[in-house]
Amino acid sequence: MSGGRKATIFLEQAGYRQRRLRDALRVWPVFGCILLVVPLLWSLDPSGQPGNAAALTYVFGVWVILIAVTVLMAWALRGDDPSNPKP
Amino acid sequence: MLGINTVIAFSLCYVAFLFFVAFWAERRAKRGNATWLHSPLIYTLSLSIYCTAWTFYGAVGYAARSGLEFVTIYLGPTLMMIGWWWILRKLVRIGRAQRITSIADLVSSRFGKSTSLGVIVTVISVVAATPYIALQLQSVTLSFAVFAQSGGQLWQDADLNATATWVAVGLFVFTVIFGTRNLDANERHHGIVIAIAVEAVVKLIALLAVGVFVVWGIAGGPAEMMQRIDNSQIVLWDQDGGRWISLIFLSGAALLCLPRMFQVLVVENADERHLAIASWAFPTYLFLMSLFVVPIAVVGLDLLPVGSNPDLFVLTVPLQEGKQGLAMLSFLGGFSSATSMVMVATIALATMVSNHIVVPVWLSLRPSQQAVISGDIRHVILLARRLSIAGVLFLGLVYYRLSGGGTALAAIGLVSFSGAVQILPAMLGGVFWRGATRLGAATGLLIGLTVWLWTLFLPSFGDAALIGQTVLDQGPFGMAWARPQALFGIVGLDPLVHGLLWSMLLNTAGFIIVSLVTFPTPLERLQGAQFVNVFEHSAAAPAWTTAAAGAEDLLIMAQRIMGSEQAQAIFEREAVRQGKKGFLPEVTPSFVELLERDLAGSVGAATAHAMVGQLIGGSGVSVEDLIAVADEAAQILEYSSRLEAKSAEQEQTARALREANDKLTALSIQKDAFLSQISHELRTPMTSIRSFSDILRDGEIGLAEQKRYSGIIHDEAIRLTGLLDDLLDLSVLENGQVMLHVKTGNLGQLLERAIGAAGGLGDAFEIRSAPDLGDMRVTTDLDRLVQVFINLIANARKYCDAQTPCLRISCADHGDSYLIDFIDNGSGIAPENQQLIFEKFSRVADGSKAGGAGLGLAICREIMRRLGGDIAYLNGQYGTAFRVTLPKEKPADC
Repeated sequence: MSGGRKATIFLEQAGYRQRRLRDALRVWPVFGCILLVVPLLWSLDPSGQPGNAAALTYVFGVWVILIAVTVLMAWALRGDDPSNPKP
Repeated sequence: MLGINTVIAFSLCYVAFLFFVAFWAERRAKRGNATWLHSPLIYTLSLSIYCTAWTFYGAVGYAARSGLEFVTIYLGPTLMMIGWWWILRKLVRIGRAQRITSIADLVSSRFGKSTSLGVIVTVISVVAATPYIALQLQSVTLSFAVFAQSGGQLWQDADLNATATWVAVGLFVFTVIFGTRNLDANERHHGIVIAIAVEAVVKLIALLAVGVFVVWGIAGGPAEMMQRIDNSQIVLWDQDGGRWISLIFLSGAALLCLPRMFQVLVVENADERHLAIASWAFPTYLFLMSLFVVPIAVVGLDLLPVGSNPDLFVLTVPLQEGKQGLAMLSFLGGFSSATSMVMVATIALATMVSNHIVVPVWLSLRPSQQAVISGDIRHVILLARRLSIAGVLFLGLVYYRLSGGGTALAAIGLVSFSGAVQILPAMLGGVFWRGATRLGAATGLLIGLTVWLWTLFLPSFGDAALIGQTVLDQGPFGMAWARPQALFGIVGLDPLVHGLLWSMLLNTAGFIIVSLVTFPTPLERLQGAQFVNVFEHSAAAPAWTTAAAGAEDLLIMAQRIMGSEQAQAIFEREAVRQGKKGFLPEVTPSFVELLERDLAGSVGAATAHAMVGQLIGGSGVSVEDLIAVADEAAQILEYSSRLEAKSAEQEQTARALREANDKLTALSIQKDAFLSQISHELRTPMTSIRSFSDILRDGEIGLAEQKRYSGIIHDEAIRLTGLLDDLLDLSVLENGQVMLHVKTGNLGQLLERAIGAAGGLGDAFEIRSAPDLGDMRVTTDLDRLVQVFINLIANARKYCDAQTPCLRISCADHGDSYLIDFIDNGSGIAPENQQLIFEKFSRVADGSKAGGAGLGLAICREIMRRLGGDIAYLNGQYGTAFRVTLPKEKPADC
């Protein structure tokens, strides 16, 4: 009895996770935009301008994070058939 | 020392190698075992044509001039790719569902397969691509010049121009051979795809090799490199925010709008799942391409003499350090970047030019009834594509010559990008907004094109090259508000941000406003629904409802476009599917649809639709189809709610009718019963009168007998008279001819009179009357009222079936009127009969028990209505109950 109930809950969870993953896919580029606009705040205070190396590290660091998370999401999505997405 | 001749020999060998790979891929694809050609890896590598010579050479120059800004060109596409779920997924799905061949085809197809929109988008794309192709020619030429210089020759302008021309010719030959071999239904070019994949690897390796050499070979490691970057004369972060954001937007949008990117992203996409992998793989590629740009720029500025062109650091730094092999690899990388971009761009543009300009013009110039040869259109298209490739390259060459070849690569690239993104509003609007119309799209595109030409393209030839310095400073004809770099008097913006801002703003505004006020054609709405709701409509809606054309005509037309072999194969396949013998299938709407789609893969949606339309005749879509197919939600909802209301109304009417019918049926039965009853009622007294009068006439009886018989005759005559009186009374009441004598009396006395008249309080029948009736005065026709009371009491006496029958009479003062209830303790009247008892001739029980003819209650009701009151059956009283409603004073109008 309890085993049967567990099974249904598990299926529900899989579908739920998949939908939230799609939400994450949608939100992620928005986060990316915000992270990439942050450097504009540096210019507000001329004395606080970062050095070349720091600026370079920040931008490329954000880039790596963006790619890494997208890899994870693509990996999590591999079972999801994009040819049949539910709206 | 690498001489120019060695370099030329190397590049020729490289091109020969590419030829070989492309041929081999085509061969494999033809034999059908080329599944690896459709792998996500190849897809991602083919996307790398985004990284052209601009990236390979120009990015370093860009970094040397403007610091970190160069990275925006790769961050935009990165964001677009990691956000693939939003836009790219939809574009790819639409591209596959509608067999889109180019970005012009997408826009044209979305807005009702419009030829004119296809032309506009094609023109924008060609004009915008021209600077970009010039950029590639310029970079390859410059790289040759570097080797010539290192070999001791200093090239003059004439040498550069000649080199650019030769490069263009070489690219033309390669592209024509692999790009126009076939009119592949899906526009996939395996040879080209594999060639650009190889080139993608070569340019990545080359740039990484130079980068590794610079960081570890020259600087001595990452830490030292960072030190050097910090101390460099370049200021990496010196941004005004407008440019940073604009460029990220611009490059992200360009990824969608550049014809060559659309070609590899959408048209050549073999599987939507590849997009998920490319969503991280392509940004990774861009990341690797950008990783060493700043180190190379910093080291180049340190090492090379002041004034050397930073665009060529990738080449000149290894040469300076004496690394001939690395320089050669780097040269091949740059060569690869330029050639792969030019090949794909020219193919994409040539497809657009031939499908959207040449073929429609050619078709309209030739009368359709002219004798046709199989494959003639195919030849025209192929020829048109080859000429278009030549034309596009020629335009690039012209731009290169006009601009003088001296401009920074990045600046040229940005002008080109901002031209291409003018398509963005129409494209995204078309894909996400059902309300976008053809006229809106055309308006937006034309405004965008005009503003871009004026603010960015024309000034890009250099100051005073095409438009004079006075126009730049004071505007055309002295109109200061129209100055190319200060529209509407907004001065001080960066020219690129200025041009981009105004062109996109005006473009989008024009698109939206005109879309809002115009009305789309049926085909436009149909296509709009299919594009916007592409995930809901996986199957296409039929665009053809009638299929009047013969299969043979269609076959002839298909052969003209595809060639006989391919066309016959399609027809035969359909015939087999339909289970028909021979190779001409039945021309069903779905087959016409399929055929149109196949043709669209070759010549574009607009042309295919026009050609099929010529044969089928007229427009394929009617408004009814549209409502049926395009799920016009509002319309259907409104329609169904109207239907619902109507059906509810009908149900009501039907119910009323059914009730009326039931009543009529019951009445008719009652009437039949009444007729037999009344003839019986009339007959019985008549019979006894006749027989007793017979006896009396014979005169042979005693006096007592005589008296008795004449008494019976008298009684029977009275009964007859009573019956006839009732009938007469009712008819008089119903016709409204009755005379009423209004007097004032006491209700209690009237009731007592009625009780007395109805047979009094004798026998077993008990009447209980409310005690306080004394002062209830009433002004009405008292005699008629008593008649009603008598009738009710007599009825109770007659019909009450209780063992000890009892009638309760109660009176209540109810404002203007009295309520008088007559309630007995019998079994009451069944609900189905309550409706009927007041009808004429009705009688609930069978006639045997009742003495009357069933007119009493009908008369009562008529009387009460005359008196301005009513009589009704009272439910829920455990017996038969009637309520008489009586106004205290009879209203004058009754």
